[in-house]
Amino acid sequence: MRPIIQIRGLGKQYRLGTRRPYRTLRETMAGAIASPVRHAKSVLKRINARPANPRERETIWALRDLDLDVGEGEVLGVIGRNGAGKSTLLKILSRITEPTTGRAELYGRVGSLLEVGTGFHPELTGRDNIYLSGAILGMRRAEIERKFDEIVAFAELDKFVDTTVKHYSSGMYVRLAFAVAAHLEPEILLVDEVLAVGDAEFQKKCLGKMGDVARQGRTILFISHNMPAIEGLCTSCLLLTGGKMEGKGTPSEVISKYLNSVLRPDAGRRSLKTHPGRRAGSIPIMEWVELQSGVERPIGAVRMDSQFTVHVGFSCPSRPLRPVLGVTVRTAQGATVFNVNNKFIGGYDFDRCKAGTISCTFDNLPLMPGTYTLDLWFNDRASDLDVIFDAISFEVIPADVFGTAQLPWAYLGPIFCRARFGLEPDSRN
Amino acid sequence: MASALTKEILPPETQTSAPTLHDRERPVITIEAGGKWAGFELADLWLHRDLFLFLVWRDVKVRYKQTLLGAGWAILQPFLTMVLFTLIFGKLAKVPSDGIPYPIFAYAGLLPWTFFSNAVTNSSNSLVGNAALITKVYFPRMVIPGAAVGAGLVDLAIAAVILVAMMAWYGIGIGFAVLMLIPLVVLTAVFALAVGMWMSGLNVKYRDIRYALPFFVQIWMYATPIIYPIDFVPERWRWLLVLNPLTGIIEGYRAALFGRRFAWGHLAVSAVLSIAALVYAAYSFKQMERDFADVI
Repeated sequence: MRPIIQIRGLGKQYRLGTRRPYRTLRETMAGAIASPVRHAKSVLKRINARPANPRERETIWALRDLDLDVGEGEVLGVIGRNGAGKSTLLKILSRITEPTTGRAELYGRVGSLLEVGTGFHPELTGRDNIYLSGAILGMRRAEIERKFDEIVAFAELDKFVDTTVKHYSSGMYVRLAFAVAAHLEPEILLVDEVLAVGDAEFQKKCLGKMGDVARQGRTILFISHNMPAIEGLCTSCLLLTGGKMEGKGTPSEVISKYLNSVLRPDAGRRSLKTHPGRRAGSIPIMEWVELQSGVERPIGAVRMDSQFTVHVGFSCPSRPLRPVLGVTVRTAQGATVFNVNNKFIGGYDFDRCKAGTISCTFDNLPLMPGTYTLDLWFNDRASDLDVIFDAISFEVIPADVFGTAQLPWAYLGPIFCRARFGLEPDSRN
Repeated sequence: MASALTKEILPPETQTSAPTLHDRERPVITIEAGGKWAGFELADLWLHRDLFLFLVWRDVKVRYKQTLLGAGWAILQPFLTMVLFTLIFGKLAKVPSDGIPYPIFAYAGLLPWTFFSNAVTNSSNSLVGNAALITKVYFPRMVIPGAAVGAGLVDLAIAAVILVAMMAWYGIGIGFAVLMLIPLVVLTAVFALAVGMWMSGLNVKYRDIRYALPFFVQIWMYATPIIYPIDFVPERWRWLLVLNPLTGIIEGYRAALFGRRFAWGHLAVSAVLSIAALVYAAYSFKQMERDFADVI
């Protein structure tokens, strides 16, 4: 069967350092006046060099030499780290931006959903926005009219359909926006990480709706960091690394490949001899820190709920001391999550020594997915001798810790916790 | 559309198993580097006509909703300008007005001019104002400056009510020539679209446009026979005035309304220049369009 999407040698090059991409006329004119000949030459050069001179400095290939065939009815998950080229691929396929090299052919109407609420106007009512957003996403007027009631029902806001959108709660806004998008019926649907918003209940509903769309034989390209969603929805999966295709295959295959590449073996160790985070007045006793998870050591990323050990090498040649290690776990935003140390926990009165390795093990790391940093406090049971803030950072990777095939949502706080529930039905009912 | 119909007519199992690929009205979309001029597809614009109408409707609705006077501004702007000009140029400076009462002479020129200047200004800011759309969804980008001009037409229609009232007040009858207003409005819109579209594309790259344009537009008004008739200008300089496409157009409006002779030569110059400007603007826009999403 001929593929519905055929991509050959697709690449996109961006110029770097264009934080302020637009120029002012003054700059262009000043350049022209200051050195007319050179300016004319550079203009000519730029025209001749189109689409882009590959040797031009300070450029980056967001996507490079991609060959890909997507069959009809295939639901292709696209995964990779931030900056791997996932969004660039979708932007090229949805014709928002032009590729630098290569070509792609798509046989069918393309609907793209790169953001929730594209084209929504806060001053207009829900009804108006359904029409406007529908038209922007590529629906014809008649099509929107036909699906209007269904969209309102899906968004669960029939009473508020004539209310101005600026008075909506953020939840209502997202529901309406996704409801419009979910009723697009193109042959090819391109979806970026739009499900990262909204409440869990509605997310489930959207995933369900996307599943329906897939069962109707439509082709979907789906970018997500939500591995269980990829595994549940997709029939195949593409892994991008640094703009290149790292692999394509069944979701479980590719996801484990991805997770292995995220578990960088080189990370997870850091020298502490000269550390920028060392508190002023500290005596540099701690020499290095190394992270361990299970048998992997060093490791920069650990799965939720796994065993996690922090090893710290220290040396104090001048005098022997009774080592105490304090470990503070903080979120990437700097909020303290918890702190442990062997003095307060008790039972760990180590003997005096001049050098060694002190380690701290968590049997079930209770952290939600995300990036965390560790502060290390080293003392001799009397005073803090050496303190290093943000000594090392590590990543916690999602895992199905409750065995329910669902990931806990990241915004539910930095910690997950097991709990037991009880119910006593009231006999009066 | 095709898929929606297919869904209703065929039982679900037929859809998933039978590949209806490459038949029916499925478009083939080819994405390549440097699509250039060949990528200009009128068919694509036609496909997005509903979007165009929705964007016009949004622009009008939002503007009237956010302002206290709403649609009143469409009337007040040319009307107050007319009053002001009548006092300054009609009464004080005694500028001639072709034997027509100065207020209606001025209003007949200000009506298309207000449309033109607002259309050009709004349309030149339209791409930057809709950056969120441009980076998130595909549609022919020309729809955006086009819709800004389209929204201006709505204002023009509203402001025309005053013109009708003034014609009645001054007892000026109309003839068949008034039908010429239709092609004249089209021509004004074409020229406004040409300038607006070109400026909107430049504005993405050079944000100076936003500041330079209002000034430029103001000068342009004085270079157009709005507050004075074309005869007011010495004969040997008149050709220069005619090279301004708006000259022929504004003269045309007055001829159509007041039953004067049409200066067909001037009108022909306007038409040729406007269409040429639109073709150039469309070409230039297509060239600039490729970078919009990356630059805006």
